Amino acid sequence: MGSRVEILNDGGFRSDGRRQFELRDMTIDLSQQGQADGCAVVTHGLTQVLVSVFGPREAKMRSQTMHDRANISVEVNVAAFSTGERRKRTRGDKRILELAATIKSTFEPVVQTNLYPRSQIDVYVQVLQQDGGLLQACINATTLALVNAGIPLLDFVCAVSGGVHSTSPLLDLTLLEENDIPNVTVAMMPKTGKVTLVTMETRLHVDRFEEIFRLAGDAGKVIHGEMKNAVRSRTSALVAAMGSGPRVGGVDVAADKDGDDRMNEY
Amino acid sequence: MVEITIRKRPRTEAVVTQRKFFKKTARGKVIKVLRERYLRDDVGCGISGCNACPVTDVVLPAAGDQTHRLFPNGHFILPDTNVFLSQMDLVESNLFLPPIILLQTVIEEVRHRSLPLYNRLNALIKAEDKRIWVFYNEYRSETAIVREEGETPNDRNDRGIRKATAWYNDHIRVTRPPIRGQAPPKLPTVVLVTEDADNRQKAEKAGISSISVRKYVEGMKESAQLLDLLAAEGPNQIEPTPVTSGRQALYPDYLSTSTCLAGVKAGELHQGHFSANVYNYLEGSVSVPAFTAPVLLIGRDNMNRAVHGDVVVVEVFDEKEWRAPADEVVDAESALKNDDVEYSGDEGDEEEEDPVLRREKQVLISEDVKRTAGKQPTGRIVGIIKRNWRAYVCHIDSTSLTSSNPTSLSQQTVFATPVSRLLPRIRLRTRQAPALIGQKILVTIDRWDVTSRYPEGHFVRSLGKVESKEAEQESLLLEFDVPYRPFGKAILDCLPPEGEQWVVPPKSDTSLEWRDREDLRDLIVCSIDPPNCQDIDDALHARYLPNGNIEAGVHIADVSHFVHPDNPMDSEAASRGTTVYLVDKRIDMLPSLLGTNLCSLRPYVERLAFSTIWEMTADAEIVNVRFTKSVIASKAAFTYEEAQLRKDDQNMQDELTLGIRLLNTLAQKLRAGRMAAGALNLASPEVKIHMDSSESAEPLDVEQKQLRETNSLVEEFMLLANISVAKKIQETFPQTSVLRRHLPPPRTNFEKLQDILMKRKGMALDVSSSGALAASLDRCTDPNEPAFNTLVRIMATRCMLSAEYFCSGSVSRDTFGHYGLASPIYTHFTSPIRRYADVLAHRQLAAAIGYSPLHASLHSKSHVERILDIVNRRHRMAQMAGRASVEFYVGLALKSRNEREKGRVQEEAFVIRTFRNGLGVFVSKLGIEGIVMFKREIQFDADNYVITVPASPTSDAGEVKIGVFDKVTVNIEVEKDKNTQRGRVKMTLVHPVDSTSM
Repeated sequence: MGSRVEILNDGGFRSDGRRQFELRDMTIDLSQQGQADGCAVVTHGLTQVLVSVFGPREAKMRSQTMHDRANISVEVNVAAFSTGERRKRTRGDKRILELAATIKSTFEPVVQTNLYPRSQIDVYVQVLQQDGGLLQACINATTLALVNAGIPLLDFVCAVSGGVHSTSPLLDLTLLEENDIPNVTVAMMPKTGKVTLVTMETRLHVDRFEEIFRLAGDAGKVIHGEMKNAVRSRTSALVAAMGSGPRVGGVDVAADKDGDDRMNEY
Repeated sequence: MVEITIRKRPRTEAVVTQRKFFKKTARGKVIKVLRERYLRDDVGCGISGCNACPVTDVVLPAAGDQTHRLFPNGHFILPDTNVFLSQMDLVESNLFLPPIILLQTVIEEVRHRSLPLYNRLNALIKAEDKRIWVFYNEYRSETAIVREEGETPNDRNDRGIRKATAWYNDHIRVTRPPIRGQAPPKLPTVVLVTEDADNRQKAEKAGISSISVRKYVEGMKESAQLLDLLAAEGPNQIEPTPVTSGRQALYPDYLSTSTCLAGVKAGELHQGHFSANVYNYLEGSVSVPAFTAPVLLIGRDNMNRAVHGDVVVVEVFDEKEWRAPADEVVDAESALKNDDVEYSGDEGDEEEEDPVLRREKQVLISEDVKRTAGKQPTGRIVGIIKRNWRAYVCHIDSTSLTSSNPTSLSQQTVFATPVSRLLPRIRLRTRQAPALIGQKILVTIDRWDVTSRYPEGHFVRSLGKVESKEAEQESLLLEFDVPYRPFGKAILDCLPPEGEQWVVPPKSDTSLEWRDREDLRDLIVCSIDPPNCQDIDDALHARYLPNGNIEAGVHIADVSHFVHPDNPMDSEAASRGTTVYLVDKRIDMLPSLLGTNLCSLRPYVERLAFSTIWEMTADAEIVNVRFTKSVIASKAAFTYEEAQLRKDDQNMQDELTLGIRLLNTLAQKLRAGRMAAGALNLASPEVKIHMDSSESAEPLDVEQKQLRETNSLVEEFMLLANISVAKKIQETFPQTSVLRRHLPPPRTNFEKLQDILMKRKGMALDVSSSGALAASLDRCTDPNEPAFNTLVRIMATRCMLSAEYFCSGSVSRDTFGHYGLASPIYTHFTSPIRRYADVLAHRQLAAAIGYSPLHASLHSKSHVERILDIVNRRHRMAQMAGRASVEFYVGLALKSRNEREKGRVQEEAFVIRTFRNGLGVFVSKLGIEGIVMFKREIQFDADNYVITVPASPTSDAGEVKIGVFDKVTVNIEVEKDKNTQRGRVKMTLVHPVDSTSM
């Protein structure tokens, strides 16, 4: 059956009706979830991830504390119902550990850990639903949850996956596409244009790589705009609720070229 | 930079955009599948001048097509899936050119139902002359639909198609609003074309214009030609006519597939390929593993609509009801001559029995009486596993025409008679019947209902005039499934870029061509081939060594240097399998640049070769053999005749001649050794056709091929090379080496021939081994008849199995032997230009001597087996095509001879078979077989293979007995069959009794 689905048909449509460079619908929910200091629910199409951040707080285990900076610990939990085949993954599952390690190493250079010596930042990633692009969803959600928790970051981290079908590059792959074509996930920092993560589990031709890499970088900027808007409207809603500061209506939610710089104040 | 956007999907749309379903895997696990899709408004309608759709390269004209009778305002057609599933031939026709809107739903459904049709459809979309716009209706927000509860996928798709049609019509109306003060614009209609009456009804209800394919085509300008391309419709769809209504079933229904498969598994039913009997259209057989003899099927009911080549399931009757095969020639053409096309199969009035049925019954009953000895399992077909229907080359039966007025365009039902006698007549409806008479046409079978005596088909295309060279050639190639298209660009791109200018580069250490190659350019090498041979793939040399031994070498064109594994040229060659030689045409396996130039071992030029070099004693005993890639420069290219003359001319004492003589003495010794080991000297009727010139179609004469000493010289060394290579590759790759074998024939095959020989000539044939057979064949001579021995050899050859390629790992070691050559192991190595198996052997040998690593595919047993299956089949087909081509030219030659000699072409012939009402004769001079039929009653002694022609009341001739192996004289005429326009050889006896009046 799977082989009978066309990844990219002659009309330039992908199997879900998108064109090559169209990203899936992205929704961001930054409302409070339980006791967490910051959390975010991010969906890319049918992939949904909830990230809760606790901290910075005192480390539970002394052995893990570092005298000059905070320790980031990432724990990933994949819900049994998130995939097509119902399967319970244990916490020791190697793939999950790897995912956690990837997220951790992505954020270590971005979070200003040196501001919080001898403390710990706990990131709990809960995967609610999967349809490709799991890593990108995890990273985007973690960024937003960290922002929501008020942890200082050097920049946003925006991740997106890309692949090549024959010679045509595609962005933001669904599970169907991920299973079929070589793909790469790129996480970048939009302000500096630096890349914090490139990961690939399939073979991709060198000649194609550069193109995909560049495209994924550009796509990261688009995702950044989306994330920024979400953060801003969440913050203004909070400010409005506190009854001080500018009125909700006063904040210009629409594209504001130097909104970026103001972002740092929040 | 490209534009990257996030596709927003409103939450409210989720009902239409998300789809969740569960599916069960093969292991029984249940998997939840969740899919989403993004609906959009920028999917273009493809109509030029549309202001609402994004501009892409539109293909549909704004006004639609205005030539159709029913739609004066212009129209587009929007075909349903069933149009492509059943009427692909129509859509592919280059006369069918209305603008087509093709829905994504339709494409996907076609793809789901049949991949071959999907591929044809894809080719159509890309075709230049068609105006097809693919509309992605599932992605457009207005036309996307979701399956409702309780709706079948089929109904859902139909609804989607209707919705898209409705949308298109709205879209056209909305985008072209009437402008005030002007007449309202003429709006083209989008018409739903479907074969499904139910769908049409629903469309009608929703106010969508819809039409059936037939009705649509009827309104077209070129309807006469196009209507023929329509596939026969199923009975549930056509309106009842007097002919179809009230028909009785003529055949029993098939069992369901599951019942058949269960029966086969349980051993109650048997599965096999159905093969029809050439001599008797009311008889067929199925070879099944459970019985040694094939299961006999007698009569139409028992053959139950099977067509030659179908995979069928048979039920075998009780042993009481077993019968022997018929010994009468029953010609469908004469027996069914007057069968009416329209009403055939209609029983009509109860008391008046169908004349056809009555006649057939008579035939069967009269045969029954005589069927005593040689009973075979008998049964009937109860189901069909797989139809092997394809397009068949046919002629229109002129008697079945109701009107032969050449300008008549009325719809007629006519019979098409396939060229192959194994196939039943096909009924087809056409409007151009008069124009098709005297043409070879291609016809496909669509279906065969229980109520119809004949299968129904439709016209595909015309090949050309009967007996025109082109039409006959193409029909031959189609009939034997020979791929004859020119090589595509991808294949030609695999050739060396230098083309004709390619030469062996000068010798150097760095050159790729010279790596590990031996320089044999100084050897006195020559090639010996038939006259006008262009693809020279072998050359030979022999010389004395200082130690008194002889060095002999066979040099084969190094095709594997040019044809690399797994590129387009290689896969094409693998699928072609072999070069096909017709009398006037060669269909190459490899592009001709390789075959006739770069790989051809032409004289005076350097060529790459793969050499097998033996050191032999003067008694032709092999001391040592080695294989090497080499570079040779042939010194001469002889024909067999030239080489023979040179060898025999004692004045010639140059090195070349000495080499040939040396080779010849060795060959004679090799041959003697082979014969002593029990090799068979087989014979097949081989004739040569003299052509006036290559352009003219008229062959001048036919003669038997002459065999010279030099033929056998080349043959011996090729055999030796093949055997040596076979040993080497089998040693190195015991699992996957490509070998060739000839299984010993089962002894039962010879029983009849032994019986005939014993009874008629008092000769015995010992078939216990190939050696014994060879010896006893040598004894079968008649001092008065030198040709008798050849005849017996031909008949013995026909009793044998055919040789085949196989993969050494897939059969047991003791069945490797080659029966005819009496060699324990054999392969094909010496003609890589024209046989694909040789290319494989070359690659394996190259790997065996460490020249190059073996490609991974040749390590896989299943892969090698798969390739060899195809090659075996192609090989068989190529042989048959070649023979048929010779037959056709013999027919032409006879015709021209008949004209010169005023219809008195008489030749001597041997009787090879006796029938209850005729004789099978073989004319060795022409290499043709024919049947002499007697209309008058004759006596037939089946046990002694003798017929007795009673004394004729009108003449004074007495009673004459004719038996198998008797020499007779026949008059040969080529008469055009009145019905089919097929030229066929008609033979009548001249001596010992004149049968013209009988």
